[in-house]
Amino acid sequence: MKPVTSIETPTRLEYEFTASGAQAEFLENIARGRLVGKRCPRCEKVYVPARGNCPRCGIATSDSVDVSDHGTVTTFCIVRVPSQNIELDPPYCAANVLLDGSDMPFITLLGECEVEDVRIGMRVEAVWKPKQEWGPTFENIRHFRPSGEPDVPVEKLGAWV
Amino acid sequence: MAQRCAVTGVGQTRHDNKRIDVSQFGLVREAAIRALEDAELTWSDIDALVIGKAPDLFEGVMMPELFLAEALGGTGKPMLRVHTAGSVGGATAIVAASLVEAGVHERVLTVSYEKQSESNAMWALSIRVPFQQAVVAGAGGFFAPLIRSYMRRSGAPEDTGIRVALKDRRNALKNPYAHLRFPDITFEQIADSPMLWDPIRYLETCPSSDGACAMVLASESVAKRARRTPAWVHATAMRSEPTQFAGRDQVNPQAGKDCAKDLYAKAGISDPRREIDCAEIYVPFSWFEPMWLENLGFADDREGWRMTYEGVTALDGDLPVNMSGGVLSSNPIGASGMLRFAEAANQVRGLAGEHQIQGAQRALGHAYGGGSQYFSMWIVGSEPR
Amino acid sequence: MRDVAVLSFAQTPYKRREASRSEVEMVMAVVTEAIADSGIPKGAIGFTCSGSSDYIAGQAFAFVGAVDALGAWPPISESHVEMDGAWALYEAWVKIQCGAADSALVFAFGRSSMGRLPETLTMQLDPYTLAPLGIDAVSLAALQARSLLDRGGVTERDWAEIAVRSRRDAMANPFAQLRGESEVDKLLAEPYLVSPLRKHDCPPISDGAAAVVIAADDVARRAGPRPVWIRGIDHRIEPHQPGVRDLTRSPSTSLAGRKAGAVPERLELAELHAPFTHQEWILREALGLGEGLRINPSGGALAANPMMVAGLARIGEAAQRIRESGSGLALAHATQGHCLQQNLVCVLEAE
Repeated sequence: MKPVTSIETPTRLEYEFTASGAQAEFLENIARGRLVGKRCPRCEKVYVPARGNCPRCGIATSDSVDVSDHGTVTTFCIVRVPSQNIELDPPYCAANVLLDGSDMPFITLLGECEVEDVRIGMRVEAVWKPKQEWGPTFENIRHFRPSGEPDVPVEKLGAWV
Repeated sequence: MAQRCAVTGVGQTRHDNKRIDVSQFGLVREAAIRALEDAELTWSDIDALVIGKAPDLFEGVMMPELFLAEALGGTGKPMLRVHTAGSVGGATAIVAASLVEAGVHERVLTVSYEKQSESNAMWALSIRVPFQQAVVAGAGGFFAPLIRSYMRRSGAPEDTGIRVALKDRRNALKNPYAHLRFPDITFEQIADSPMLWDPIRYLETCPSSDGACAMVLASESVAKRARRTPAWVHATAMRSEPTQFAGRDQVNPQAGKDCAKDLYAKAGISDPRREIDCAEIYVPFSWFEPMWLENLGFADDREGWRMTYEGVTALDGDLPVNMSGGVLSSNPIGASGMLRFAEAANQVRGLAGEHQIQGAQRALGHAYGGGSQYFSMWIVGSEPR
Repeated sequence: MRDVAVLSFAQTPYKRREASRSEVEMVMAVVTEAIADSGIPKGAIGFTCSGSSDYIAGQAFAFVGAVDALGAWPPISESHVEMDGAWALYEAWVKIQCGAADSALVFAFGRSSMGRLPETLTMQLDPYTLAPLGIDAVSLAALQARSLLDRGGVTERDWAEIAVRSRRDAMANPFAQLRGESEVDKLLAEPYLVSPLRKHDCPPISDGAAAVVIAADDVARRAGPRPVWIRGIDHRIEPHQPGVRDLTRSPSTSLAGRKAGAVPERLELAELHAPFTHQEWILREALGLGEGLRINPSGGALAANPMMVAGLARIGEAAQRIRESGSGLALAHATQGHCLQQNLVCVLEAE
């Protein structure tokens, strides 16, 4: 008799996620084309996407703050391998972008530029999907692209670089 | 501390992409039996189990230690399961050591493992949680920008990462358990390997491995009766900080600096570069060697690359780093941290085989995890402190 | 051994579905309250340990986000167990015993409502021989209950009485989820859910979080007027395969109770983590708890059973109640795994 060396047991689990108050507010706003962050009442830093609490201070965030859809590349990498979840063909650029008016960069994709031209300090802007496709999701922003504004000197990016 | 603690047994499996020759039971037992044999103990001598593993979704079993405990002789014993992301192997060893140091137990068996081939780890990491942004391009996509920041900050030569990879891959050839072994590996092969997440090349990254590591931690009275030399635990430390917050330095995180400082103070070390003989540090991408050398206080900020460049971290250097070939050569995630701790122990026991550093008396084991936010470290020595 | 005391306990109200707060927000609420009540400044707490499960949260590394709730800056000495929070408390107790810390924050969280809990718990079974059968958690508990009936000495009526008592006691517990008056005969007239278990024999599915602060010796005495001392704590595991053990007994609970120094005659009350009515019966026998002893004044896991939290909450509830009554010994118990596979016993004393 042939020994059994492996078995296959496909599994399916379903989860239903619910948005917290801060997430819901952020999503309602992005559905209208606005980027609204949350400010920590203690350290006064602004977080986008909005968070219900300040991760540094461990307290609830308070004010809602509109931020710009323009920002600065604080660092980046060039992805040259295909990846699950990503529709773009490699090579493409994944960059940490600090939006004007926000205090923490987030990772996003850069498009409409040659990957070799991307640099720390480069100014970028959000490229939104057509308005009729907007929904309560971060995916309303297709990607970011160079805005053509002059670079931010690296020393002005402070702690981020 | 109620009593001193020492490592009296170390065991690990052969690490491979898919260990289809064993079940999860077989994998953890392979490492555990080797550790018990090394300690000259049997299952019934063990007082308690401490098991570590990275996310349960990697094997597709929720809290798998519940079904594994009996295969590790756990019936009727206390069993703890630790999970602190990538640092878990180190954290698990620290929990096991504290059970002895607290005077709760005399002999603790600690085992950590990963058997990703039994599920789909890429899938497990790619679950899209609504309302959150998709993480771009996995771990490489997260860490590559940090490496670019380091390169800019330090002005390190662009081939620093290649040099680290060459050293670790050559060291791995002396380690019979290593997963990735490239005989005759050259600088050019690494330099010419494809860029995955630019600036990270293929041969500068870690593999994903099936594997396990185990250790026996024992009290002073037990360790003094052991026939083989024990490794004495001089100090342990752990630190965590949030993944992201405004102003966080992700390249040289405060949690790592604080953890090292605490560790050295507990071990009575004032000049780590001089007083530590060798170090196994968690380097999943080659550039993390110079980054962690700075974070650990072996080099000044922005100067870590010089140690690599000048050969200080080579097997015959002043401060050998990753004698075993490191995470770059074997990466069973849940066990990767414990492998670092175990290699440090075997070095001071004089049992590290072909990659032994002659006369090593004091060694560092280091692990990190999450977004460079969880740190666990220990110092072990050939003599009790 | 150092004397270690429970200084404070905080918990969320338990709900079938916590829809308005994320895990981080739940954790932040209980952690903030527990620290404030402990009398120890946040920055002076020497160690933090938490318990949670990625499978409950439906994502890998789910516990990492909980650090955001702690204000972990400057960085903190912290650990996590993929276990019920009672074991996180055990790890913290060990840290204090070895002198690495004088005080610790322990917390646990779980939102079971996100998934389908009985099916999620199937993933907790041996992946080679048990999980492929697709047995869910309630069915396994029913196997255990059937074995117990077959052994004799207990009836379904005894179990219904446990359910009635638990829900009645829960009326005085503002955090409980299932509470109210019910009648044994009415409950027994209900159909079986999975024979021999009826709905009232099973725990509710609950979302929630809890936090406890513990401290040693003088730090505990200085912090507040009424520390509740941990006189003993121990935990033990049994084989996983239901077929290789006597499901009607819990030798691991008996052993943990002995090692923790539990003396049944001296106890004022016991908080037992018995998610199913028949398991309370098994646990009482294993611990030798007499008829007269007050069991689960909080309503226990039959009134709220937040996964990963319920065991820690038993320790918190037991400590709180003897602190309020002013003196006496209490026993707290936690379990995890199917059919009471792993059990922890903690003996507490108020001065």
